[in-house]
Amino acid sequence: MSRAVFQVRIHGRGGQGVVSSAEMLSVAAFLEGKHSQAFPSFGSERMGAPVMAFCRIDDKEIRLREPVGEPDALIIQDTTLLHQVDLFSGVDAKGYLLINTSGDIAQLGIGEFVARFPAGHVQTVPATELALEHVGRPVPNAALLGGFAAISGEVSLDSVETAIREKFPGAVGEGNAKAAAAAFHAIESQR
Amino acid sequence: MSQRVKFYQTGTFTVGNRLLDADQRTVQATRERNNSLTSGHRACQGCGEALGARYAVDAAMRAADNRLVAVNATGCLEVFSTPYPESSWQLPWLHSLFGNAPAVAAGVAAALRAKGDTRTRVLAQGGDGGTVDIGFGCLSGMFDRNDDVLYICYDNEAYMNTGVQRSARTPAAARTATTPAVGEHPGNVMGQGKNPALIAMAHEIPYVATASVADLHDLEAKVTRAMGMGGARYIHIHVPCPLGWGSRPCDTIMLARLAVESGLFPLYEAEHGEVVDVTPIRRRVPVEDYLRPQKRFAHLFRGEGQAETLAAIQATADRNIRRFGLVPEEVS
Amino acid sequence: MLKQIEGSQAVAEAVAMCRPEVIAAYPITPQTHIVEGLAAMVREGKVGTCQYINVESEFAALSAAIGASAAGARTYTATSSQGLLFMAEAVYNASGLGLPIVMTIGNRAIGAPINIWNDHSDSMSMANSGWLQLFAETNQEAVDLHIQAFRLAEQLSVPVMVCVDGFILTHAYERVDIPDPDQVDRFLPGFEPVQVLDPDDPISMGAMVGPEAFMEVRYLAHHKQMQALEAIPALAADFAESFGRESGGLIAPYRTEGAETVVLALGSVNGTLKDAVDEMRADGQSVGAIKIVSFRPFPLAQLREALAGAKRVVVVEKDLALGLGGIVASNVRMALRGLATPVYTVIAGLGGRSITKRSLTRVIAAATTDTLEDPHFLDLDWQAVDSELARWKERRRAGPIAENLLREMGLVGHRPHGTEGPTS
Repeated sequence: MSRAVFQVRIHGRGGQGVVSSAEMLSVAAFLEGKHSQAFPSFGSERMGAPVMAFCRIDDKEIRLREPVGEPDALIIQDTTLLHQVDLFSGVDAKGYLLINTSGDIAQLGIGEFVARFPAGHVQTVPATELALEHVGRPVPNAALLGGFAAISGEVSLDSVETAIREKFPGAVGEGNAKAAAAAFHAIESQR
Repeated sequence: MSQRVKFYQTGTFTVGNRLLDADQRTVQATRERNNSLTSGHRACQGCGEALGARYAVDAAMRAADNRLVAVNATGCLEVFSTPYPESSWQLPWLHSLFGNAPAVAAGVAAALRAKGDTRTRVLAQGGDGGTVDIGFGCLSGMFDRNDDVLYICYDNEAYMNTGVQRSARTPAAARTATTPAVGEHPGNVMGQGKNPALIAMAHEIPYVATASVADLHDLEAKVTRAMGMGGARYIHIHVPCPLGWGSRPCDTIMLARLAVESGLFPLYEAEHGEVVDVTPIRRRVPVEDYLRPQKRFAHLFRGEGQAETLAAIQATADRNIRRFGLVPEEVS
Repeated sequence: MLKQIEGSQAVAEAVAMCRPEVIAAYPITPQTHIVEGLAAMVREGKVGTCQYINVESEFAALSAAIGASAAGARTYTATSSQGLLFMAEAVYNASGLGLPIVMTIGNRAIGAPINIWNDHSDSMSMANSGWLQLFAETNQEAVDLHIQAFRLAEQLSVPVMVCVDGFILTHAYERVDIPDPDQVDRFLPGFEPVQVLDPDDPISMGAMVGPEAFMEVRYLAHHKQMQALEAIPALAADFAESFGRESGGLIAPYRTEGAETVVLALGSVNGTLKDAVDEMRADGQSVGAIKIVSFRPFPLAQLREALAGAKRVVVVEKDLALGLGGIVASNVRMALRGLATPVYTVIAGLGGRSITKRSLTRVIAAATTDTLEDPHFLDLDWQAVDSELARWKERRRAGPIAENLLREMGLVGHRPHGTEGPTS
């Protein structure tokens, strides 16, 4: 009996690479021989607007086409969305939360909410800073995928790096892969 | 009594074919003409469009070494030439819709290019409604892409096929079924309409020309010239319509000539957006000479008449003459 | 070769492998990624001498395709929604002329109100235009159907629409087995037109036909559709043999053996539907599903046979014939004419409204007890509707309906679109 599908929802703003992030995650899972499905929340292409993307990972063919309403993991690329959009809709307290911030959870005003999660399931990563350091642009998506690999174990860092390099050939891919690795190790070291 | 030699046909400056060397005669005057739009079609008596198309298409055929595909917009030309199984077309001919002939022709040209056929050329044709109104978006797109198509508009200044309704080429004050000659300002509204040849020039396509069935040598020469070039080319041919204009079938050529000689229909050629040649007016006539024989303008001459309107139409002609330098001595 | 790839890109690769000679392109969401992908491949010289025309409208796109196809070129274009409506005149013209153009429809709703999300209103608006219409469930099937479509179109000299759900498929990254170009070449012979604009053998195409022959011309266009009823399964069988996987065909039943309730649907929702059927079967309910791949021609006889054992039929459809109800359901009723089998219509997913497994299961369960109203509007917000109806009674100048509804729903600071739960 194969295990159940693993579902990820990624929140961010247009221009932050939310859709690419879900796509790269699906490629990383594919590289490991899994079935995966990534799709955006289907909006107009505008910079700065709230954007969602989804990724499902499974050992068998994924037939379900509905948006991810009950994610096993939530990646929040932009904390300014926290009090604008109901980001935590459908999130089970057994799941994973990965938040892009250089501060800590307490500052975000969601301490009470995240206290219900198991230890290690809620993590922050300064993905924008890592991106600025390694890529030179404030695009946090790749770093967060490294972080996702660390907290969930659904995909390996290696696959994430390969997927990033496939999506962005050359120096941009290298920089993003480094940012992902840095995020991965930052979270690993907190454990 | 022996016939006196005449160098000019009655009332014209057009040299008769019989007096020209064989190589200077029109394509229509040669036995080798293709008869692309062959006889037996259903055009009205005195149809300027049938005449213009016959000359234009055969000239294009000769220039293309008989390897020509024609695309036709819906309209008089399409209707009178075809109903199956009696097609008059002696070349591969496609009618799709009213407003898409330029795009269909672009598709034909693309197919030929994809197949490596560098010999076969593409001609698209339509009336003024199909060209300047409903087909104008597609025409502009064809110009924009510089598709290898010669587009010919046969301009009879209204939707004749549907029973003479106004188009964007209907001249000021002309009566049509949708601009009736009633009310304070009878006929078509003054100050409206578009000039597709100038708009074509604004696309800076390789070649734009205006032509008239009054000068078929010139018409053929322009088609031949256009066929010698690649890219998007546009020729706008003035073709009187006895039915729509309320004129006598035998006056078609005369009216076409008066339109030119009055300055209302200037003949010129342009390359890449610049006028390169104009046909001078050798015997200038007032616009009234052109308007009076046409019933569509009858209200201008009835009772008190419409002096103001006539003056405005004359001003239009005068402006054309100045703008294109049609009367050399008037060029300042 | 297995790839994790965006649906649009996969379709573009499949189309390129079919060696089109002319592609006419005009952007419209959500189809755009397909023609963008093809633009790159043509520029890179991967599609032979293919001519890629950037046209000025959808009307011009299909018009250019008509010219190219009439000149004997294998021709492709793609559109969605308003674009399909804008080219409507040419849609009928292409089929009337019998030109084997293949066109992808990235299915999207039709406005007003303007809406870029998925439903099937666009394809349905042209269902009777004489084009064949094949609907893909997955991006794998979208790829496979395009390869089949060119052969089918050219075999019958009839245009084919391959309908791919906008965003849900066109923008989804998933695993697709992209065939080998040689495989496609073996499956798809060169295009031999039945009529062509040829200076060496001039014909007139598209001339007027009067009452004396128009009926016969139309009948023969219908006859081609009937021929397609045989050609489509034969092609699918041949495809399975060549490529080693099942794709296409007229219909595809799923767990219908002994099913008392059979659910019918077109396109990508069949995936969610299969999951729902599995769950309900596991729960002991006698439920199955049938995917309708070919909406035109409509497989009347095949459906009647496949539904012979069903006690009731539920049609889930992403369209609405205003003033009537279900379009697909009406067609299904024709397949079942003379039988007492009830057919329930479920109007679902209009303008991108999520069709969830939970909601599907709920309505199918209601149907199994014959307590489902017909038509049923899946997850319709009746409260918002009733309140707007009340507003109309209250005042003459009630204002824009769409804005009123959104204010009523309080969708400022709303939950993420698409994650809303069932409302009833």
